[in-house]
Amino acid sequence: MGTKRPFRIWRGDENGGDLRDYTVEVNEGEVVLDVIHRLQATDAPDLACRWNCKAGKCGSCSMEINGKPRLSCMTRMSTFEEGETVTVTPLRTFPVIRDLVTDVSFNYEKARETPAFAPPADVAPGDYRMQQVDVERSQEFRKCIECFLCQNVCHVIRDHEENKQAFSGPRFFIRAAELDMHPLDAKTDRKEYAQSEMGLGFCNITKCCTEVCPEHIKITDNGIIPMKERVVDRRYDPLVWLGSKIFRRGQVPQTSVTSGHSSGAVTASAAHGGVHSHAGGSHDARAEQQAQQGVNWHREVPHPTAPAVDVNGKLPLTELTFDRAAAPSPFGDDVTFPLPAEHLNFAHPQQDEPKH
Amino acid sequence: MTETRIERHHYDVVVIGAGGAGLRAAIEARLAGKKTAIISKSLFGKAHTVMAEGGAAAAMGNVNSRDNWQVHFRDTMRGGKFLNNFRMAELHAKESPQRIWELETYGALFDRTKDGKISQRNFGGHEYPRLAHVGDRTGLELIRTLQQKIVSLQQEDKRDLGDYEARIRVFSETTITELLLDGDRVAGAFGYYRESGEFVLFEAPAVVLATGGVGRSYKVTSNSWEYTGDGHALALRAGATLINMEFLQFHPTGMVWPPSVKGILVTESVRGDGGVLKNSEGKRFMFDYVPDVFRKQYADNEAEADRWYKDPDNNRRPPELLPRDEVARAINSEVKAGRGTPAGGVYLDIASRLPAEEIRRRLPSMYHQFKELADVDITKEPMEVGPTCHYVMGGVEVDPDSGAAYGTVRGLFAAGEVSGGMHGSNRLGGNSLSDLLVFGKRAGGHAASYADQLTARPAVSVRAVEAAVETALAPLQRDTGESPYALQQDLQAVMGDLVGIIRREGELVDALARLAELRERVAKVSAAGGRRYNPGWHLALDLRNMLVVSECTAKAALERQESRGGHTREDYPAMDPKWRRVNLVCSLDGDAVRLAQKPLPKMRTELISLFDRAELAKYLTDAELAEFDALTEEAGN
Repeated sequence: MGTKRPFRIWRGDENGGDLRDYTVEVNEGEVVLDVIHRLQATDAPDLACRWNCKAGKCGSCSMEINGKPRLSCMTRMSTFEEGETVTVTPLRTFPVIRDLVTDVSFNYEKARETPAFAPPADVAPGDYRMQQVDVERSQEFRKCIECFLCQNVCHVIRDHEENKQAFSGPRFFIRAAELDMHPLDAKTDRKEYAQSEMGLGFCNITKCCTEVCPEHIKITDNGIIPMKERVVDRRYDPLVWLGSKIFRRGQVPQTSVTSGHSSGAVTASAAHGGVHSHAGGSHDARAEQQAQQGVNWHREVPHPTAPAVDVNGKLPLTELTFDRAAAPSPFGDDVTFPLPAEHLNFAHPQQDEPKH
Repeated sequence: MTETRIERHHYDVVVIGAGGAGLRAAIEARLAGKKTAIISKSLFGKAHTVMAEGGAAAAMGNVNSRDNWQVHFRDTMRGGKFLNNFRMAELHAKESPQRIWELETYGALFDRTKDGKISQRNFGGHEYPRLAHVGDRTGLELIRTLQQKIVSLQQEDKRDLGDYEARIRVFSETTITELLLDGDRVAGAFGYYRESGEFVLFEAPAVVLATGGVGRSYKVTSNSWEYTGDGHALALRAGATLINMEFLQFHPTGMVWPPSVKGILVTESVRGDGGVLKNSEGKRFMFDYVPDVFRKQYADNEAEADRWYKDPDNNRRPPELLPRDEVARAINSEVKAGRGTPAGGVYLDIASRLPAEEIRRRLPSMYHQFKELADVDITKEPMEVGPTCHYVMGGVEVDPDSGAAYGTVRGLFAAGEVSGGMHGSNRLGGNSLSDLLVFGKRAGGHAASYADQLTARPAVSVRAVEAAVETALAPLQRDTGESPYALQQDLQAVMGDLVGIIRREGELVDALARLAELRERVAKVSAAGGRRYNPGWHLALDLRNMLVVSECTAKAALERQESRGGHTREDYPAMDPKWRRVNLVCSLDGDAVRLAQKPLPKMRTELISLFDRAELAKYLTDAELAEFDALTEEAGN
């Protein structure tokens, strides 16, 4: 037979509410949701709570149990001490509707904004061929039961209502990752989209989402981090850059993020054969002007000067055999200071305006 | 009457239910250009379809190229004990491969074969590996895929028309309590938002029911709270008919321990992948329960059964993979004979059959379910399992091609579990996911063309809406009645104890008397609290649906004096070919359930010729057999 155990449950609506104390019978093998059902059948018939499958498969019964975001159908009563008060509150990140039910429509709005699967144009239904190893990465993310615990726990929106506009949250980062890793998805800018439109950059990888995931999806390690890394790859990787020099422009997919104002600069760099710079000094008037309207990664600066090497192409071994009484300058021996202004790697926003 | 605010919407097609069938129907109606509403009792994407584990049956022949629609059709008819609507079984077998392939174009990622095709797994009652699957979470994949397809259609509408909801909108956490008619034509649907308790009226000429099943009327069930037979009851009240309501599938392997999760499903794939059933004496008992009709396909010794997993072409199948009704009855007998486990089930053992790693890879969600809910490691110890109410074969009697409801109503369609006929007296595992897709698409498409050919939209009468409001508010305005929770418990006790797996005449008569008594009490139910997200009120409104559907089941179970599929009568233990020719049809006469017998449609020649005479002899009457002989003779000449 069961024992009586203390519970505190938040009751209220958007106008406020409070924690109420209940003493409920608990039997062996029960979970928190069983106790809530017993309360509904006895002391609190109108206690609002979402649930469906009661087997951890639908992700409806998300709530915070002793402050931890959990599925109540998967939280066994045996994990608490006998006599320990179990406190149940609604998800904090979403507006309360009533009692334990919150308005999770934020998540459905973000789902609707995430571009859907783009089927390959030339593959007929029934002709899709994929290898198991290739689908497994996406399958991990498709295990998601949309309980929104990861969304609830993510501090980017948990404590910052104002971020909700620009931030889709872990659930939709793994949706983007899933589509990105889908072997036949025809859309090629999933990562860039995640960075520019979904707010992937807000995430600073505290892994709270992974920790609360009832499906044990490695949201951060397998989803978010690879997305972040590959966004970086595509945008800054010198190899990718080199590739764009070898192939004609246009054969390499341009990102929607920067292509809008980079085309001119790419043409310019192809002509010069120089290197691109993160800030100024390219001597290309047009590129400089673009730089001042925003960042332009394709601006070029002069080649760094080569170190002073001997006929064998090596740096001299010691000062004794060297023709100067010190180590070579790290800036190159032909550089004298102060540098001439036009060699500075910095463009002042107002440098071209007439001086007073 | 006081002023009540009612939100009004106009749609061409309203789909009630947001599981697999509902979503597939809505997609089809929207693709046909109709303005479509989806009504979901829960949040979008939470429907009971997520619970389906094993897979979706479709004769794609990816794993065994000998599979084709004829073999699938044969298996389905066999599984349903030849009581199926043959035309539905035929359409289902023919169309399910296309429906599965179509899902891939929506973004579904099924498990793959070595050559990159969709992998297919073995399942009870299917002759070849036939179930497209994703680990053991196929239902989730299916619902998520359809959900995401709807989102993609909304994105198209946003792009073309500037509004996500221009042509397809999901009303989540909304319950329909009445269908509204104009004469004999559907004019709309009335219901409430769970969140606010506010009322909503949908004016629409075509309604597709896709509300699923009735399992919440049973104590031990794998079904969620939503499964209260809403669609069955709405159809009855609108003048449609229900068939085969006596056939309920008790899934043989539900969890039996701990008590709080009693009923939750243990997928059949555990057995498909090598799991065996043992009693408390450690005996693999299923060999004792192979019925004569299945002797040819099922092994009678362990050695042959075990060889089958590797070499299915030269060995007969293990008896653990018999159709669900047979396995459920076998477990029931073992437990009754005192050879059950402490918690009243039998052991399902996969631990001693596969390496731990393989178990975790093939059955990841089962592994987690037992680990987290029961603290049992299925790679080390056996599971305790027993029968649980899982699926209702019966449902709205429909035209097999269009899904249009029979009876006196027009403009009403049904698909999925709420419709009847497709599965006969017993559904094969894996056939429900493909059923959802095949008949969801059909119902949605035909609802759209029905709406197209109407010259005038049927009108909703104000009187009917007023009556619906009054009915809906009644439990809140009474404070003298009983609690809905107590009434549900009593209903579950009646159905579980008296109209359960094994039925007897006396108990069924008793059940009907008790249901009549409950009807009085349910009419006076009262719900405490207000209208905003009040689960007590919601249950009070669901109760009358559960009750009328339970009456249909009890009446039909009393009438059918034989045992077949999901209907077992202790007093009539054998299958009777005369009863195979009969469907029991329920309709409403005022408030009372009326039962009528109706002959089954006759199978077309080319379909019946797919079977051996010897097999047919087990099911058909002598007169039917003589007719069959005449046919084959004719064909021989």
